[in-house]
Amino acid sequence: MTAVLTEKNGAARPSVHPGGPQPPSRRRTGRERAYDDVPRWQIYLPLGLYLLFTLIPFYWMLLFALRPAGSTALVPWPMTGEHFSKVWNERSFAVFFQNSMIVGVATLIATTLVALAGGYALARFDFKIKGAFMLALLCSQFIPGALMLVPLFEIFRNLQMINSLWSVVIAETVFQLPLSIILISGFIKNVPVSLEEAAWVDGCSRFTAFRAVVLPLLRPGLIAVGSFAFVHSWNHFLFALMFLSEQDKQTIPVGLNTLIGADSVDLGALAAGGVIAAVPVVIVFAFIQKWLVTGFSAGAVKG
Amino acid sequence: MAQPAAVATPPPKAPRRRTATPRRLPYLLIAPAGLLMLGFIAYPVISVFYYSLQNYNVTKPWRNGFAGLDNFRRIFTGDDQFWSTLGFSAQWVFTQVSLQLVLGLALALIVNQTFLGRGISRAMVFSPWAVSGVLTSTIWILLYNSSTGFSRYLADAGIGEYGTSVLSDTGTVFWAATVTELWRGVPFFAILILADLQSVSKELYEAASVDGAGRLRQFFHITLPHLRDAIILATLLRGVWEFNNVDLLYTLTGGGPAGETTTLPLYVANTGIEGHDFGYASALTTVAFVILLFCSIVYLRLSKFGGDHK
Repeated sequence: MTAVLTEKNGAARPSVHPGGPQPPSRRRTGRERAYDDVPRWQIYLPLGLYLLFTLIPFYWMLLFALRPAGSTALVPWPMTGEHFSKVWNERSFAVFFQNSMIVGVATLIATTLVALAGGYALARFDFKIKGAFMLALLCSQFIPGALMLVPLFEIFRNLQMINSLWSVVIAETVFQLPLSIILISGFIKNVPVSLEEAAWVDGCSRFTAFRAVVLPLLRPGLIAVGSFAFVHSWNHFLFALMFLSEQDKQTIPVGLNTLIGADSVDLGALAAGGVIAAVPVVIVFAFIQKWLVTGFSAGAVKG
Repeated sequence: MAQPAAVATPPPKAPRRRTATPRRLPYLLIAPAGLLMLGFIAYPVISVFYYSLQNYNVTKPWRNGFAGLDNFRRIFTGDDQFWSTLGFSAQWVFTQVSLQLVLGLALALIVNQTFLGRGISRAMVFSPWAVSGVLTSTIWILLYNSSTGFSRYLADAGIGEYGTSVLSDTGTVFWAATVTELWRGVPFFAILILADLQSVSKELYEAASVDGAGRLRQFFHITLPHLRDAIILATLLRGVWEFNNVDLLYTLTGGGPAGETTTLPLYVANTGIEGHDFGYASALTTVAFVILLFCSIVYLRLSKFGGDHK
């Protein structure tokens, strides 16, 4: 499966690495420089400055999380785990973490499956309400989730789902769907329909053909969409804040907000909570970031 | 006897429609998405429109009932907070989108070059994209904290004064919040623009540089026109997103100090959730929605999105 991926990535952007090391014989007289022959300092200087802007805040959080309370050292040494054990045990971040995980994974699965079906319909069929459906997807982008809180709350109260994690899963999935469907239908359009037809001729059903031929080629796109859904629901705050009032049902962002709003803010505990909140998304991000750009260039922009 | 052979030879008829219900299949496929969106997006939207014409306040049930356009009249004639939060929203969206675009474009152009350490640099500069609004607030609260934050160390070095909290000073809070939001917003633009940069053909640049066009001219005559649609789409999506999103400001400043950083959606949320005045909040939502839709259409028209300019 890695082979497919690499192949696809390679095919998607042949222009990035123009065939490995450049032949040194390229003429570069005066203004006839190739576009990417930029002086090195013009790359490294702004990049370095931007990296400082990006990384110092992360470092700052780690520093507060790891150094003992009351210390003002700029290096987290001596290192302590006191803030982590406090947040994890006393401030119930262990429970929040588990809840956030359930919400994140359930949203990922639900969004990917539903969007795959919808995206396939949009990419491969012409049907009467297709235009209306597309319009609805686009319009829904303009609807502020924050302003839907009260009506959604009433719906979930009528469904008796307040304080159930599923209310948050449903809300996250619904607001994640439109973009996911648009992205996935873009990816599916990029898979030539003739590949599928060849499989039908070989006697595959539409579903088998899809699973065997189209699905493997969609992998980078699905990784992008699925990780979007996970990261989004892991991070999202308002739905969980509104729909889950019992403490043992709350999620990590709500727990963090409680720490921020505490009467006397315990900065060490806050930083440790932040690190716990960051770890899963950083892992997901490190895993997907290479495909993120490819995924977007295949689907979103040209979708 | 030649006939059966002739019948056997033609290639097996392509089984065009293998599924039993080809006509219903697309509807079945969009049904889950469609039903979810009807139930949890369309229905709430309609109920907001409906309640915008009602007096609906759980703390004052005796006044509940049809209100006609009273809520809207109150918005446009008697509500200073509406205008001030709308003004702040406009300022916030404009500042964020323009700065994020410029910085994100620059960043994308830089990490699109070939250089040593490109992969790891990309991963690092894009990483705040994955960080939530609440976590961003958490991190920057640690940085802005007056006693142990970054400003203390700056003050140690002789820059600024001790004990300044940029988040509680009306003069600095806007830029403090802006920098915070830029920190996690720029990577989104950079990722989108970088994705589109992948599809610029290298030959164009080579041809241009053979013709003696410098890097600046190549940027304005090749790169920028190519990125046009991606930029229009990204700025629009981001503008809408920055308008609607409340979790960063809610947790970072709480809309304060003195309502200085309250956006329209934050005001709506306060009215509806804390003030329990759901009828009026619904009317505000309706107005916000119409403004957003109107601005988006005007923006797409003015920018001639999707026109044949390439």
